[in-house]
Amino acid sequence: MKYLSEFRDPELVNGYLEALHRMVTRPWTIMEICGGQTHGLVKHGILDLLPKEINMVHGPGCPVCVTPLGLIDEAIHLAADKGAILCSFGDMLRVPGTQQSLLEAKAQGADVRIVYSPLEAVQLARKHPDREVVFFAVGFETTAPANALSVVHAHALGATNYSVLASHVLVPPAMEAILSDPETTIDAFLAAGHVCTIMGMEEYEPIVETFHVPIVVTGFEPVDLLQGITMAVRQLEAGVARLENQYARVVQREGNLRAQDTIQQVFDVSDREWRGIGTIPASGYAVNPAYAAYDARKKFHLAATTAETDNGCMAGSILKGKMKPHQCPYFGKECTPEKPMGAPMVSSEGACAAYYHYARVGME
Amino acid sequence: MSYRFSMDCPLPKLDFDVITLGHGSGGILTHRLLDKLIFEALRNPILEQEHDGAFFQLPGELAFTTDSFVVHPVFFPGGNIGELAVNGTVNDLAMCGAIPRYLSLGLILEEGLPVAELWEILQAIKHACAEAHVQVVTGDTKVVDKGKGDKIFINTTGVGTVHPKARIHSSHIRSGDQILVSGPIAAHGMAILSVREGLSFESPILSDTQSVNHLVVRLLDAFGDKIRFLRDPTRGGVATVLNEISQKSGAGIRLQERDLPVGEAVEGACELLGLDPLYVANEGIFIAVVAPDIADTALAMMQGDPKGQGAARIGEVVDTHPGQVVIKSLIGGSRVVHMLPGEQLPRIC
Repeated sequence: MKYLSEFRDPELVNGYLEALHRMVTRPWTIMEICGGQTHGLVKHGILDLLPKEINMVHGPGCPVCVTPLGLIDEAIHLAADKGAILCSFGDMLRVPGTQQSLLEAKAQGADVRIVYSPLEAVQLARKHPDREVVFFAVGFETTAPANALSVVHAHALGATNYSVLASHVLVPPAMEAILSDPETTIDAFLAAGHVCTIMGMEEYEPIVETFHVPIVVTGFEPVDLLQGITMAVRQLEAGVARLENQYARVVQREGNLRAQDTIQQVFDVSDREWRGIGTIPASGYAVNPAYAAYDARKKFHLAATTAETDNGCMAGSILKGKMKPHQCPYFGKECTPEKPMGAPMVSSEGACAAYYHYARVGME
Repeated sequence: MSYRFSMDCPLPKLDFDVITLGHGSGGILTHRLLDKLIFEALRNPILEQEHDGAFFQLPGELAFTTDSFVVHPVFFPGGNIGELAVNGTVNDLAMCGAIPRYLSLGLILEEGLPVAELWEILQAIKHACAEAHVQVVTGDTKVVDKGKGDKIFINTTGVGTVHPKARIHSSHIRSGDQILVSGPIAAHGMAILSVREGLSFESPILSDTQSVNHLVVRLLDAFGDKIRFLRDPTRGGVATVLNEISQKSGAGIRLQERDLPVGEAVEGACELLGLDPLYVANEGIFIAVVAPDIADTALAMMQGDPKGQGAARIGEVVDTHPGQVVIKSLIGGSRVVHMLPGEQLPRIC
């Protein structure tokens, strides 16, 4: 397939692998931020082809995984108790809240619907003017423009029965939080290509400087990933820390300015609780006062909730890269995609799900 | 194929154009529906006995199977629920090494179903039966209130005679056996999904629904017990079926990603939607585990058959990782392929 097979070319892959083997002289720990990158590494069997000195750890870049329990409970509350049509991407449905998942709430009669775009939810709002329609706006910077646009769109159409339960998280503050952890072992990052497509690269400059850590904006295909790792290792071996762009065919330095404008039109930066990590200042988006009428949190008078239940799930350690999924005592035993203890086992971008679906040979 | 109305089989003249609850009452309306539509479409001497059940004789060992079909939407690119219901049961019998003979047909109709659509479905059933050389010999029709069904649900049960040379059993699988697939994978699931999500591709993706029993008979005639095992990778796709085979037989299976036959449009659609073709449903292909000495000739026979074009050798049975399916990726890495956990797409067949 054009523009895809080129980036899965075995010869190119081998070229990068050989270069890495030649280049690496000592152990390095590199975190790939995005769950899509984790899946690429595991699905294509790349982790086992890398030099043994290179330790890839899997970052928090799975929006579903870092959505706190309390927010899932709120979404269920809106559908089950407030009679709203709760629209969500499919990934979110099986993630357990404190009592149940959205899927279980749906089976008990709550009106929960899977959509593939927030604009579908706006259409639903127009189709059901007598019902409240809430979109569960989960995601990183990548999905924020479309979610913001749905609010602008609903406002233009007069669909005042539409609102969003905003649950957006931002990558750079999470990277800073991980690097500020005294126990961190991360030597370099592969930044999430698609997040940078929207936001550009500049916000990573201060992180590179403050923490003296190489950051390479990287894509998702095998050649992308190996080129990104090679660029990071080359910097590490040379003792330098720079911001580099492997994914230049997609990512521009300034990002997508129109998308950024749309985000700013609807959202303000706010503090956010990350499941398993805790509250990180200025690490999320909340609907701004101008569009307060479309903020489900205000519309339904939701109090800020922090509900954490301790079922033993190690998601926090996994999201911070301190533990690999298969090192968790529950992995594949008490915790499977059919009966997940935590979100990383559910989401298509979750590290635990990646390890489970695309298990590494010899790992189990 | 979709059987649009042609001059050969025009919709009979009726005094109703939608199905009503009365058509399931057992009274006059039911009889009118049966006489004018179902018997008209599926006519054969055993069915025309119009008894509570069918009388027939069959020699030797028999195979017996049943399947229900709830696909949404009922009409999809490449077919409809009618041929799916026939082909599904015919193929299940073929996978037992049996020659399918007779089917039952249970229809659950939703009030309000246009008769023209029912007729189109019945025509598809008729053509699929003719192609597979099977007959519908008994059946049942019920009608449920609007909103309690989804146009039409179908159950088919089938009986067939086991091929005298067939020895299909997972316990016959040996290390070194080769794994063949009779055609490109993942077409049915992606065809359904493309209409459900309103996706359109440069070349439309058609379901692969078809019966494969004649090809299976040719293989059994030629190779007998060297055909160790057969299975059609419907729900859960190739990955799930290979896991079943691996776990039942205790054998390890090694796949080569580069050898998996996936159509270009299907591959593109899977990529776009983030689905792995190994887990997507098929309705017209089968996996054959065969002895190594006949693998080449069996593959050539499949590729030369209209129902096996695009057949490929995708892997082999090994003794290095018992009970596990391992795939070697395009770039040379290896990973374990698990069974499909949970749902990928509901109501695909």
